[in-house]
Amino acid sequence: MRPEISRSRTWAVAAVGGVAALLTAACGSSSPTSTSNTASAPGITASQVTIGSTQPLTGPAAPGYSEIAPAANAYFKYVNAHGGVNGRKINYIYLDDQYNPTSTATQTRKLVLQDNVFAIFQALGTPTHLSVVSYLNSSKVPDLFVASGCNCWNNTSQYPDTFGWQPNYTIEGKILGQYIAQNFGSKKVGFFLQGPNDEFGADGFAGVMDSLQGKGLNVDSTPAYYTPTAAGAMAVPAAIAGLQAQGVQVIVSFSVPLFTAVAEASAAGLKYSAQFVVSNVGADPPTLAGILTGGSLGKRLPAGLIAGTISDTYLPLLTDASNPWVTMFKSIEQTYASSLPWDGNVEYGMSEAYTFVQALKAAGQNPTRASIIAAIQNSHWTDGPGLTPYAYSSSDHNGYTGVQMVTVNATGDLTTLGPIETTDDTASGAINTYSGAASTPPANGIPSD
Amino acid sequence: MRATLRNSTLVRHGLFFLALAVVLLVLTSFVFDPYTNYNVTEVAIYAICTAGLTVLTGINGQVSLGHGALMMIGAYTTSVLLTWHPDLPLILMLLASIATTGVAGAIVGLAGARLRGPYLAGATLALAVALPQVPSHFASVFGGNQGLNVPTPSPPAFLGGDFSPEQWLAWITLAAAVITFFVLANLVRGATGRRFRMVRDNEVAARLSGIDVARTQVLAYIISAACAGLAGSLFAYWVTVTSPSGFSLNLSLSLLTAIVIGGLGSLSGAVIGSFILVYLPVWTGGFASSLNLSSNVANNVPLAIYGIVLIVAILVFPRGIAGGIASIARGAARVIPSSRGPTALPAAPESSQ
Amino acid sequence: MGLFVNITLDGITNGMVFAALALALVLIFRATKILNFAQGAMAMMTTFIGFTLLNRGLGYWWALVAVLAIAFVLGALVERVLIRPLQGKSELNPVIVTIGLLVVLEGLAGAIYGNSSRGFPPAYSQSGLTIGHTKIAFSHFDIFILVAVLVLMVGTLALFRATTLGLRMRASAFSGEISRLLGVRVGRLLTLGWALAGVAGALAGFLVAPTSSFSPYFMDLILVYAFTAAVIGGLESPVGAVAGAVGVGLALSYVSGYIGSDLAPLGGFVILIVVLMLRPQGLFSFGRQRQV
Repeated sequence: MRPEISRSRTWAVAAVGGVAALLTAACGSSSPTSTSNTASAPGITASQVTIGSTQPLTGPAAPGYSEIAPAANAYFKYVNAHGGVNGRKINYIYLDDQYNPTSTATQTRKLVLQDNVFAIFQALGTPTHLSVVSYLNSSKVPDLFVASGCNCWNNTSQYPDTFGWQPNYTIEGKILGQYIAQNFGSKKVGFFLQGPNDEFGADGFAGVMDSLQGKGLNVDSTPAYYTPTAAGAMAVPAAIAGLQAQGVQVIVSFSVPLFTAVAEASAAGLKYSAQFVVSNVGADPPTLAGILTGGSLGKRLPAGLIAGTISDTYLPLLTDASNPWVTMFKSIEQTYASSLPWDGNVEYGMSEAYTFVQALKAAGQNPTRASIIAAIQNSHWTDGPGLTPYAYSSSDHNGYTGVQMVTVNATGDLTTLGPIETTDDTASGAINTYSGAASTPPANGIPSD
Repeated sequence: MRATLRNSTLVRHGLFFLALAVVLLVLTSFVFDPYTNYNVTEVAIYAICTAGLTVLTGINGQVSLGHGALMMIGAYTTSVLLTWHPDLPLILMLLASIATTGVAGAIVGLAGARLRGPYLAGATLALAVALPQVPSHFASVFGGNQGLNVPTPSPPAFLGGDFSPEQWLAWITLAAAVITFFVLANLVRGATGRRFRMVRDNEVAARLSGIDVARTQVLAYIISAACAGLAGSLFAYWVTVTSPSGFSLNLSLSLLTAIVIGGLGSLSGAVIGSFILVYLPVWTGGFASSLNLSSNVANNVPLAIYGIVLIVAILVFPRGIAGGIASIARGAARVIPSSRGPTALPAAPESSQ
Repeated sequence: MGLFVNITLDGITNGMVFAALALALVLIFRATKILNFAQGAMAMMTTFIGFTLLNRGLGYWWALVAVLAIAFVLGALVERVLIRPLQGKSELNPVIVTIGLLVVLEGLAGAIYGNSSRGFPPAYSQSGLTIGHTKIAFSHFDIFILVAVLVLMVGTLALFRATTLGLRMRASAFSGEISRLLGVRVGRLLTLGWALAGVAGALAGFLVAPTSSFSPYFMDLILVYAFTAAVIGGLESPVGAVAGAVGVGLALSYVSGYIGSDLAPLGGFVILIVVLMLRPQGLFSFGRQRQV
């Protein structure tokens, strides 16, 4: 179900919002201790907060990613059913952009100009969201928690209203690279990347190379690339055969799930037993299993084809029944979005929604666009589903700062390898072991003030 | 005799388009909100491109499934020039895009003049799929898959501080559209248009009457590409980012769909088709979200309805909506006799080559 | 050397898959002179039906047979309901209708099955064969693809060349009026052309689905390459379509393997343009100029 507000209601909301904004401006800033809800900003009424997003609901990027916004909305429904945030219900409008930047640009204009949203939340994709990031910042619309690990969202001078959320690909790459240097130092390392001209592949590659360079390792620094299309999938076996011909023993893969699956299957088909080290983006076991066990590899190949694959995570493991975040999100999923599978995309969507509610609460009883930006920058939240704290400050708009290494075990689940590591996205930034305690969710599942 | 007729056509067209410009100025300034202005800009951009495509496909009979790729050339011309020289005036960008795309059109036209029907369709289809790979691969110039950012043109200071960028871009685009349609309307009515139609209707007869068929076809391609280039340049300003995925095969197919649904061969059909291209997805999306469906269904129903509308429109109006309106009007004219005689000139052989 | 062999084998199998769909396009083009943009989407739809049947426990071969039968009916229905009423009007109208059908079918499949990618089982193992001591990128399933498409090609060829049915089909596409006067039931033949094309397309779907991401969009690019192949081959010739398809498959594979997979579509385009500049009606056309 997609939330919908009628045209006339939108206009009414806009009109009320406009008048209220004038009043607020005339009376000075609204006091955080005021007891009544006001329409304190565009998209905010006394009883509702409207936020918007662009998502690949259809089209080639839809598989997997189309679950993220519905999962976030399931968490919002849960929050709404339990009183909302300061008495306001969250109305989440997510529109389909088919992963097409042109469509992102038009749909974002619709959200801002017609639906009059308070903020853009969780907009998905690097090339797509880059098409609107300037527009949102010049229109002073908060652009919260972009669903992409591009380093580009952390640019406080050019994009003061934009915030990343997941660890960016360079941070992830550095920690993956450190693990490779420590554990596979004697092997030849090669790359399988989305690209060649793609931020995902390029940022990840740069991060891994930061950790590998200057250590006398045997690195094949000419990566094999794939294009994320159906034809691109057909070209993967040739690319993997090329790595085999180069004698590569460890394949670092910054690939989306489908291409991870095709690459590992191609290697298996060639009896090429390289060690795969895959970005978190392309290593969600349920998603991979859905692609593999659906039969696309035939029954003759071992079910645990991806067993032994090394990756990383910044959220609790999906199968960790003892983790209170996992049990909470899973029960919300079963109540509010039972048609969604329990996989990494759903956990991602709900976790991001939790962060948004944290931000909305911190922005005060009557939030404004400026107050939510300030609230996130000054947040220093230590609680949340993520394994590490957020990096948010007035000079840093990165989200999570690190990951924990994991591997796929024989039953197809993830198990952790070693401690949680944190770092930044500079080449010289040191990688540190994170020692903070894991947080637990509040009893009612809604962030406290 | 013919000279005065043509003059009067020019005057008639001039007055019509002047009036149209005034109406659009009033609408965009006093009636439309920024979002409507934004959508109207999109309609005008597609109209410019589909008008060119109408000349090529509808009037000259050459199919193009690759006009999205030509728009892309225009968009990248503007975007690359802007990254090199951010301060150049907008009008120069538009002209440069028209020029580069016109040259590209000449090349495509030269190759295309050797091809007919489905072979031309196949070649232009492959062009639409292949060309976006170029900017995607040569990232240092074209910015790769995430493309090049294009700054929104800011309204001149004398219009006041609260003059919205959406309205400014709507003015620019509509002005470009009115000029394009004025030029094309005269061209289509004139000797060039007649030559185009003769080549379309019967190449042998055209050749016998002294028309250089290949040259005529290349000329049609250049004119059409120039329109696509102008549209592409404006498209870059409108989207604010120029990336390969904005110019997928879908765009090329949509443009062709627009001219057929609107009414093949008529410039007003191009406008109707462009309007449908922009507003039909808005309506189907709104309709689907009002139905309260499960997410899989809600996400895909707009797509399905869009397709059904295309099919039904073609079945009901085989000559396009403009054609449908025309035949209704003719029906009415039969009841109410018109004072004006037939205005269309007989297709005379063209001797002034 | 090993790389070259593997890339070549890969190109040939990809080409054979394009060929199956290209043969469908040729069947329709020969019957009705229409480029069917919905051919890929129709194949996608029937493959999803096959997916449902397989999940219901039907055996692979029974599911394939059932799907080919359904595709036959679907193809015939499309011709009767959507294409027939457009006869004699602008030749672009059927093109737009097939584009509309493409959109409808993708929307429908997305609504019913969701937009996520799934796995689809192959008829045989996709694990590469071992020759001597080296494993090559060529599997039992690839052999099946090769054989299936060659059988399809020979079947189409035999239909056109050797049977009176094929002769009538050619005659009615060439001149419906004359055939009708000669007593050929033209309408029925046009329907048959579409029905058989549906079957060829459905087979293509079963061959492509295991090697690509099986979703409502999985045939989109295959259709573009099949088009390219069919045009290269001259649009009316089954042998030409297969030769064109293998050429396109090899071009894509070499460009991906040696230059960069992102430039692969350019490889197909370059081949197409080179062929069309040398032979404006494709490699295997009958050589009759349309005019003069």
